[in-house]
Amino acid sequence: MTGIAFAMLLTAALAGYMMNRRAALALRDGGQRLHSLGMFHGMYAALAVLVPAIIVTLLWLALQSSVIDAIIMSGLPDGATENVDTGMVQLIKSEIHSIARGRVFGTPEPWKIEAAERLNALQAMAGWLLLAVVALISAAALFVTRRSVASEFRARQAVERIIYGLLIACSLFAIFVTVGIVLSLVFESIRFFQMVPITEFLFGTSWEPQIPIRADQIAAEGAFGWIPVLLGTLVITFVAITISVPVGLMSAIYLNEFASPGFRGIAKPLLEILAGIPTVVYGFFAILTVAPAIRAWGAALGIPVAPNTALAAGGVMAIMLIPFISSFADDALSAVPRSLRDGSMALGATRSETVLKVLFPAAIPGIVGGVLLAISRAIGETMIVVMAAGLIAKMTINPLDSVTTVTVQIVTLLIGDTAFDSPKTLAAFALGLMLFIVTLMINIVALRVVRKYRELYD
Amino acid sequence: MYDMNRVENAVGQDEIKISARNVQVWYGETHAIKDVDVDILDKTVTAFIGPSGCGKSTFLRCINRMNDSIPSARIEGEIRLDGEDIYDRSIDPVQLRARVGMVFQKPNPFPKSIYDNVSYGPRIHGLARNRAELDEIVERSLRDAALWNEVKDRLQEPGTGLSGGQQQRLCIARAIATSPEMLLMDEPCSALDPIATGQVEELIDHLRQDFSVVIVTHSMQQAARVSQKTAFFHLGSLVEYGETDEIFTKPQDPRTESYISGRIG
Repeated sequence: MTGIAFAMLLTAALAGYMMNRRAALALRDGGQRLHSLGMFHGMYAALAVLVPAIIVTLLWLALQSSVIDAIIMSGLPDGATENVDTGMVQLIKSEIHSIARGRVFGTPEPWKIEAAERLNALQAMAGWLLLAVVALISAAALFVTRRSVASEFRARQAVERIIYGLLIACSLFAIFVTVGIVLSLVFESIRFFQMVPITEFLFGTSWEPQIPIRADQIAAEGAFGWIPVLLGTLVITFVAITISVPVGLMSAIYLNEFASPGFRGIAKPLLEILAGIPTVVYGFFAILTVAPAIRAWGAALGIPVAPNTALAAGGVMAIMLIPFISSFADDALSAVPRSLRDGSMALGATRSETVLKVLFPAAIPGIVGGVLLAISRAIGETMIVVMAAGLIAKMTINPLDSVTTVTVQIVTLLIGDTAFDSPKTLAAFALGLMLFIVTLMINIVALRVVRKYRELYD
Repeated sequence: MYDMNRVENAVGQDEIKISARNVQVWYGETHAIKDVDVDILDKTVTAFIGPSGCGKSTFLRCINRMNDSIPSARIEGEIRLDGEDIYDRSIDPVQLRARVGMVFQKPNPFPKSIYDNVSYGPRIHGLARNRAELDEIVERSLRDAALWNEVKDRLQEPGTGLSGGQQQRLCIARAIATSPEMLLMDEPCSALDPIATGQVEELIDHLRQDFSVVIVTHSMQQAARVSQKTAFFHLGSLVEYGETDEIFTKPQDPRTESYISGRIG
């Protein structure tokens, strides 16, 4: 039914386009001077049909099922939904839905079968109703726009206004989705903080979230202090950044200033391939190659090394970040005007003096921005640490020890046997919220730094 | 100090600083400079004039080997600075550029403080043994560039915050801080207003006491005002070279005459 509605809509839009364009051209041929080209009159009609009808259809489809459900549930015989909890009501509703789809298990009560039949009838009716509404809107739009065709009608500006509205709608959509995500995190976190005090979460030094979710399970008491988890994240991020920043910067300086065009032509795409490797593959690399190598070195040197060290996870994350930092720094260095380069060379500076004393300071804002973005990526990176870092939260800053990260904990809390009213599961949302706050602050600082120093040379 | 230089001035006036013979420059397949022979004198302002694309900037950039950084550029012939072939293997272009300073068309101060801009060259070349000497070099250079009185109270402020004319004089101060023997100026006033242009021209006239100055300019009036010698380039060739007065009053070549009277350009 929806398919037919859309097909009808497109036909109406096309018809409106043809009709108005022809009408406009007829006016022109009749000797009048049109303000807008015939095409704009046509476009105006097509958009006037499409935009309101599509908005109505989408809203309709979004609301239809909940409206029908409400009608069905209120039409159930008295007593059917009394004295049962919300879970039971959900169960009844889904049983009615599956009966309506023809999947009958056992022998349902006759009132359920009756409700299912009513559901099917309502859905069919809703489909026809939608079709009628779309047809009505299209017809109305066609009628109104057809009457608007006149030599002085500014169809060109009218079309522009509609497109302007669409652009606003798209950007608002992105903003609303972001707000929605943040709000859902906040609400779940509030539920968590009702069960676990926020001070315990923020300042507690022990993280043992594996509490029993059924009364008969044997598990630890549970502790939700995020400090060790945060510390693990910071250790791995620190390792990743200390390796990737120098390597990334130096490779950018080499590629930008010293490499021959031929070498640059090969090396740059290769670096970009590095940026395109899925993080899961980096995860393999960390477990299968880097972690054993570090353990072997540790054994050779007589240092105790954990099987899944922060060094391995952070080191592999560093490899992932190198192309990121390198391309940021490369852009920043390329953006430094050639005149500064020439000015320094003309004073008798060598290439490396020029890079170090003139280009690098001038490019610092871009480079710092890139590094801060890399830090927030390292903090939020998930797959590599899920595969290569540990699960147990330890209060340690030793990179040769096994640590866990915020993202790893979120993943482990949400896979397997979960119930969305236990602190174990809700803790994931609290962690997610904290992670969001930390990366948001880093991004704000990054943007500030970039903006503050951006116009230094000009 | 200047009195002493003025004495030298009279002596050094006719000494040849740069002697170019049979210079050819190619950019890829384009023959940008053809058979240029010229002798540039010490303690003299020499103006290069000519229509756009005639090769005057290219030739200027050959004198301090700034064309080296352009991969497609190829230079033949001989350019001697005080009798030394500057394209000889034994010459380090980096050292050469410290001896032959350059000022560009658009002011290009580094995004650093005024002090750091001027002390950049002396620091790189180790011209000062301590901070006091460096301070002295900075002050002397800024005074020579007629900028000291305007900036002496804000040496630590960024050089990019100065006005266009001040920025250009800062670039001149930066260039003379390395104690070069000559100064190349590539249209130094084309981005400046008439007042700043006047200040820079006055400065150029003053600098003649210490350096050999070569200035590329599009303004015939400017060439007539500041230079003693003028070279007219056309389509990559040096058409005419001589005393500025002569070039502007009785040019020998018909092409020079049409250019200075505004018929070609």
